[in-house]
Amino acid sequence: MFDTALTMNDLIFLAKGAGITLIVTAIAVFFGTILGVIFGVFRFQVGPIWAAPLTFVLDVFRSIPLLIQLVLANAFVTTVLGWRVTGFSWNVTGFVVACGVLSLYTAAYCSEIVRGGVEAVPPNLRRAARSLGLSWGQEMTSVTAPMAVRVALPSWIGLSLGVMKDSSLVFIIGVVELLRSTQVLITRLQEPLFLLMVCGAFYFLISFPIARFGGYLERRWTYD
Amino acid sequence: MFNYNFRWNQALNSLPRMLEGALVTMEIALLSMAIGVSVAILLTLCRLSGNRILSAIATTWVEIARNTPALFQIYMAHFGLGGFGIHLSPYVSLLIGIAFNNAGYLAENFRGALKAIPETQTRAGRSLGLSQLQAFRHIILPQMLRIAFLPMTNQMVWAILMTSLGAVVAMNTDLYGVTSDLNARTFRTFELFAIAAVIFYVITKAITLSARLIAARLFRY
Repeated sequence: MFDTALTMNDLIFLAKGAGITLIVTAIAVFFGTILGVIFGVFRFQVGPIWAAPLTFVLDVFRSIPLLIQLVLANAFVTTVLGWRVTGFSWNVTGFVVACGVLSLYTAAYCSEIVRGGVEAVPPNLRRAARSLGLSWGQEMTSVTAPMAVRVALPSWIGLSLGVMKDSSLVFIIGVVELLRSTQVLITRLQEPLFLLMVCGAFYFLISFPIARFGGYLERRWTYD
Repeated sequence: MFNYNFRWNQALNSLPRMLEGALVTMEIALLSMAIGVSVAILLTLCRLSGNRILSAIATTWVEIARNTPALFQIYMAHFGLGGFGIHLSPYVSLLIGIAFNNAGYLAENFRGALKAIPETQTRAGRSLGLSQLQAFRHIILPQMLRIAFLPMTNQMVWAILMTSLGAVVAMNTDLYGVTSDLNARTFRTFELFAIAAVIFYVITKAITLSARLIAARLFRY
């Protein structure tokens, strides 16, 4: 049965792709942020010399195209280690690898943002908190964190949106996300312009309001 | 340790071809950056002009470039323009896609840089007898480019990384294209892409380093 018109199934297919995009983004941002906070605080705490190995590794994630990171990680997991999850109708291995790579990629950028945020807190303020008897952890969570978040949140929002846009690259290891499902439909319907507009509009509608909100926070908090 | 035979020799044999690909990658990145900076300056001028239509066009450009994936933009330049009957080669559509993206991000950087330049400078220039455009060209622009130099370096690195997205429009002469081409012949995926990753790393480091040297030389005062 060859249908060359847009049917309901196609829209469901597109929506599934959009769902995968959002899920991959959410997982990557979640784990990436946790790792990024740990790495960022660690790098700040031990100083640039002891953190050099970690800085180097994180820098590698930012200097190599994500596409190549994904292909490499996928090749490593499936052929070198030989791990493959079979028996599912969808690509579980690819999905897990995509989430893993994107999480580390997010963590690399996030650690930089976190470090910048923590560095923006005046050292004297932190010393004052410590001298009032707060432990390192208490001072970190109740003095440094609230102030660092103010500095870091706008960039973090930008990073999350960047990850959402970069998640379109996971098509390379066989994960069918929004752009890939659009491509599949284009192959069948031969309507590139219309379908691409729909796909672009979806990204834009998610990204634009959040980006505006980030810009608003940035403007508001700089003058507070 | 692994149930897999690494064959680095086979992959290393194709190093010359990959280095040729790296040259194409750098060429695309440099060209896209040159186009991107010029268009970004135009967009900044449009925003400054006070003309509603011009600044609306500039804002639309910037928002679309910043809020959709680069992959989508390249795809659009190839297949979307194809829908209008404009058929471009992979090289040109990749270049256009990256340049579009660069221009959007750079225009936003320039806007941030402009905020750091006091508006009175334009007025001072005007009162010295310069026209609006002359004042921009001789007083504002040099300072703007200087403040935005670091973001421009970052964008250059991004442009290098973005060339790998040519995969989606069947680009096969840049570093990523050459690597995946070789991969299709030899199935040495891990080895080939590991080498490509090293080449990309070296290129981006070289760019950051040379940008630092240029900055040290240009911004001595």
